[in-house]
Amino acid sequence: MGKVVLVTGVARQLGGRFVRRVQRDPDVERVIGVDAVPPGHHLGGAEFVQADIRQSAIGRVLAQTRADTVVHLDVTGTPLGSGSRASVKETNVIGTMQLLGACQKSPTVRRLVVKSSTNVYGSAPRDPAVCTETTAPKSLPSGGFAKDAVEVEGYVRGFARRRPDVSVTVLRFANILGPAADTPLASYFGLPVLPTVFGYDPRLQFVHEDDVIEVLRVCADEPRRGTLNSGTFNIAGDGVLLLSQCSRRLGRPTVPLLLPAVTWAGSLVRTLGMTDFAPEQIRLLTHGRVVDTTQMRETLGFRPKYSTAGAFADFARGRGAGLLPPEALAGAVDRIAELSLRGSGHLPTQSAN
Amino acid sequence: MADAKVIPFDDDRSRGSRSAGSRRRTGAAESAPAGEGAVGEVQSLPVRGAAAQEPAPEPPEPPGPEESTAARPTAEGSGGADGGEDGGLERRLASGLSFLRRRLTGDYEVDDFGYDAELTDQVLMSLLRPVYEKYFRVEVKGVENIPAEGGALIVANHSGTLPLDGLMMQVAVHDHHPAGRHLRLLAADLVFVLPVVNELARKLGHTLACAEDAERLLAQGELVGVMPEGFKGIGKPFGERYKLQRFGRGGFVSTALRQGAPIVPCSIVGAEEIYPMIGNSKTLARLLGFPYFPLTPTFPWLGPLGAVPLPTKWTIQFGEPIPTDGYAPEAAEDPVLMFNLTDQVREQIQHTLYKLLVQRRSVFF
Repeated sequence: MGKVVLVTGVARQLGGRFVRRVQRDPDVERVIGVDAVPPGHHLGGAEFVQADIRQSAIGRVLAQTRADTVVHLDVTGTPLGSGSRASVKETNVIGTMQLLGACQKSPTVRRLVVKSSTNVYGSAPRDPAVCTETTAPKSLPSGGFAKDAVEVEGYVRGFARRRPDVSVTVLRFANILGPAADTPLASYFGLPVLPTVFGYDPRLQFVHEDDVIEVLRVCADEPRRGTLNSGTFNIAGDGVLLLSQCSRRLGRPTVPLLLPAVTWAGSLVRTLGMTDFAPEQIRLLTHGRVVDTTQMRETLGFRPKYSTAGAFADFARGRGAGLLPPEALAGAVDRIAELSLRGSGHLPTQSAN
Repeated sequence: MADAKVIPFDDDRSRGSRSAGSRRRTGAAESAPAGEGAVGEVQSLPVRGAAAQEPAPEPPEPPGPEESTAARPTAEGSGGADGGEDGGLERRLASGLSFLRRRLTGDYEVDDFGYDAELTDQVLMSLLRPVYEKYFRVEVKGVENIPAEGGALIVANHSGTLPLDGLMMQVAVHDHHPAGRHLRLLAADLVFVLPVVNELARKLGHTLACAEDAERLLAQGELVGVMPEGFKGIGKPFGERYKLQRFGRGGFVSTALRQGAPIVPCSIVGAEEIYPMIGNSKTLARLLGFPYFPLTPTFPWLGPLGAVPLPTKWTIQFGEPIPTDGYAPEAAEDPVLMFNLTDQVREQIQHTLYKLLVQRRSVFF
């Protein structure tokens, strides 16, 4: 008998993609997608159950479907459609509590995978440059999605203690990017001119959507030989990009603003309800955050296909040219090189390649 | 400094022990037996000392002003022997433009700590070098004590109100070490709070002085520089110059022990006098959130002009490395051993400081 996989948060791009992917696995018999709203995209023939995980109905769904693997992807920072921050927080925290309560009662659940975020480390100048899974953040995030994620992880740890027979995996994803990503950072990079914090050049790490789907599949499955897929893992692409590098590679000019002005403008924008430019987002774009992925490689045995730079390049391709396309700048420099070499009376044998 | 009371100056013995130390070392210095003798006599000419280190078979070049400029391109690694004048200029122009091209399109790499090797080599080092060569006229001794490869922890004294000594030490290692190693400094958390400063510090390869970062860098085989006195050292009054403060809790020793990295003591003379701190405005410091607010004979009174450091003559001496790989793994948890090793490093730096002070002719020359 094959596995029965229950996935929450399938109305989002990522959940939908994961459902479509996991169905193709040979040992998966049935996939049940759960969300409060029907998804706008197709689920590739998977069953969809419209249930709000904040309600106890999720327990009935779990009992009826006799799911043995639960993949909890409904831990997100942004509302789907026109939701408020309060409802997002409720889905994250109360939803997780309800889901874990249902899992605790269910005799069939063998495996739980929870999507978390490297936001749990916060972003502070006093943190070590590279966070490992055991690094305790110096300043805990005081609100927003980061705090939700910290609380969700706390409940998941409690569940793991109470049900030691269930294999529990928490995946802390770095900023997820991809051609179809709808994260706050992706919409930030979509701005024609990027506001930055003057005097800070944060280090950022990205993980590609394809790798996210792949690592979720690895964790929802039985562990491969010589690997262990329960525990907490940082998931990020190799390497680091600075925000200045990102803006240059995207070809979008930056406007450095003083930190107080950025904070003030952020709260103004939030009050007006234009975008959800959260304080934690500002902190990330000020101090940056880099996580260690040794555990991901060695314990989980997962190697991401995209590096940080690769994920960003793929994202940039899907975005179109900015105001200052890097190709145009490079061409301009090449022309200067050619002119100056000719001007100095030498043949341009090999200009700046 | 005239008031240094300790005169433990036994020239022959100290020199003998130093050359014995370099003989014991494995690596680059061994390939240059001629350099060995040169280390003893060439000490007063750092450029020549460095030149003698690099190519062993070449005859020693006559010292001259052109040598310092000639040494620079090789140190930067921008190219070997240049052809004609024009060819060199053209190549420099081309490499400059391709550098510009890479920077503008974001096509360069930084490591996990945000260290931008290209920017450091091509721009930031060239900005620091005039200060190093022309302003403070830094003289480097014992650079052969720094291992050519693998992790090592350089422990130095800290002084001068502003951490210029760290930057100068970084230039010294970068320009004089035969393997062209980069020093990764551990900096106070204040550095990473301040705008602009934190950005430059990260790009120069500095990181927060915490055990996690230090161990990660040493595990990667990097050369790590630390000044364990911290704010106690850099912000001490002028009257206490060249008196080493407490070395924190000796965390640097346990970090080095855990990674089996040798500890290289480093003594910096000259940095104490760049801003003679005769007072400390505690109120202003509290107001600005700084650990101290220096008052020097010139500083707040002459405005920005007062912030120009005095052009003192510096000497940076790297001492004999203290190996840490012979200890058992649990030794890093042994507080007695920690304190003993910390004291040993501290004593060695203090001793060298006094020795250099006795040798020094004047603060400014």
